[in-house]
Amino acid sequence: MSRIKAILVMVAAMFVAAPWIINAAPYESTMGLVQKIFYFHMPSAFLFLISAIVSGVYSAMFLFGKKPPSDWKALAAAELALVFGTITLVTGPLWARKAWGLWWVWDARLTSSLLLWMIFAAYLLLRRYGGPGSDKLGAGMALFGMANVPFIYVSVNYWRTLHPQTSVVPTLPVSMGGPLWFCFAALLLFFLTMMSLRVRLERQRAALERYYLSEDNP
Amino acid sequence: MKAFLRVAWLVVRKDLTVEIRSLEILSTTVFFAVTVVLVFSFGLIKEGRAPEDVAAAILWIAMAFAGTLALGRTFDRERQNETLRALLLAPADRPALYAGKLLGMLFLLALVEVLLVLLVGLLFQAPVFSSPALLIALLVSGSLGFASVGTLFAAMLVRARSRDVLLPILLYPITVPVMIAGVRGTAALFQAAPDEVMARFWLALLLFFDAVFVTLALWTFEPLMTD
Repeated sequence: MSRIKAILVMVAAMFVAAPWIINAAPYESTMGLVQKIFYFHMPSAFLFLISAIVSGVYSAMFLFGKKPPSDWKALAAAELALVFGTITLVTGPLWARKAWGLWWVWDARLTSSLLLWMIFAAYLLLRRYGGPGSDKLGAGMALFGMANVPFIYVSVNYWRTLHPQTSVVPTLPVSMGGPLWFCFAALLLFFLTMMSLRVRLERQRAALERYYLSEDNP
Repeated sequence: MKAFLRVAWLVVRKDLTVEIRSLEILSTTVFFAVTVVLVFSFGLIKEGRAPEDVAAAILWIAMAFAGTLALGRTFDRERQNETLRALLLAPADRPALYAGKLLGMLFLLALVEVLLVLLVGLLFQAPVFSSPALLIALLVSGSLGFASVGTLFAAMLVRARSRDVLLPILLYPITVPVMIAGVRGTAALFQAAPDEVMARFWLALLLFFDAVFVTLALWTFEPLMTD
């Protein structure tokens, strides 16, 4: 636990330092100040995808291996997917309004992010209100959700794509790439700590359940 | 393989026999589908004319809504008399039970769609007979994609709380690619000059989706339905 606390303090320090580091990065030539939102938008979008994949993989493991820890991890990752997805979907339109003049366009990447976000929102609704047995149903849902991503992407890709390609990232100058990777590292550490805290909570909840049961049937 | 087909056929026959005797799901679903199309007509038709390009969307939305209703009902019926337990206890392959349920569902959807296509052609002046083979292929593959996921989810949700709300919540985000491909493909056929190349592209995507999701459903049905 003390290790998690130490990492948490470090994550907090990184978030506090982030504005200065982002401020020190040079202004992008055409978009100016608005482009700064990119330093949070891109890393959270990336983590959104990572959490979705982590959740899908653990769901598949739970479905076929039936070990509760896989389910806790799938649930924790799904909640984080919703968090990072929400950050992405809020910062995206803010940026788009300035860069493209529109809050929202039905572009391939935006639509697929929105649908992926909806799949995980549905997953969490199921987990919350599905009642007994919803852990297994949720695992099926997450698995189908993950398998669906390429289809969503291909089917919406037929529309015009405005969104810049991810291939710009390796070509960024160090002055911009540095802050980007700094923010990514901060968010990744945040993801890992939240994930381990959430899994810990589920483990304790399961242990509590076990104690209750053994109390009832000695 | 032979046993698989036999079990699937027995499940289909059982479902159809129950359905023919009561006509409950078919009549309610058909009536609901007609109502949906009429609601759209009242919302969209201005001065006696329908806007162009909406027929395909209405056809597919009505199909999805009516399909959700039918999916919920077929499994509700299994739950009421605990017949699902009996089905699962039967010494038969679980995937075969799934296949049987899916085929029964497709048969029902096909009947609803015949009516929907005629109705949409009538009310929204869509040229529904311009390329019948492609339209049928799109509808069949689209229904298969929708029903393959829907049958699995409806079966999973039989024992869940608030399943009536959860079914569309889970089903629609997953089947969005089917809706996009189905609507775009059908809209290409409903144009004044039907665009068959475009329709074929979307049909290919639908078939690919079907292959992946039917396989995934057959594969996960067993662990999902085991306690």
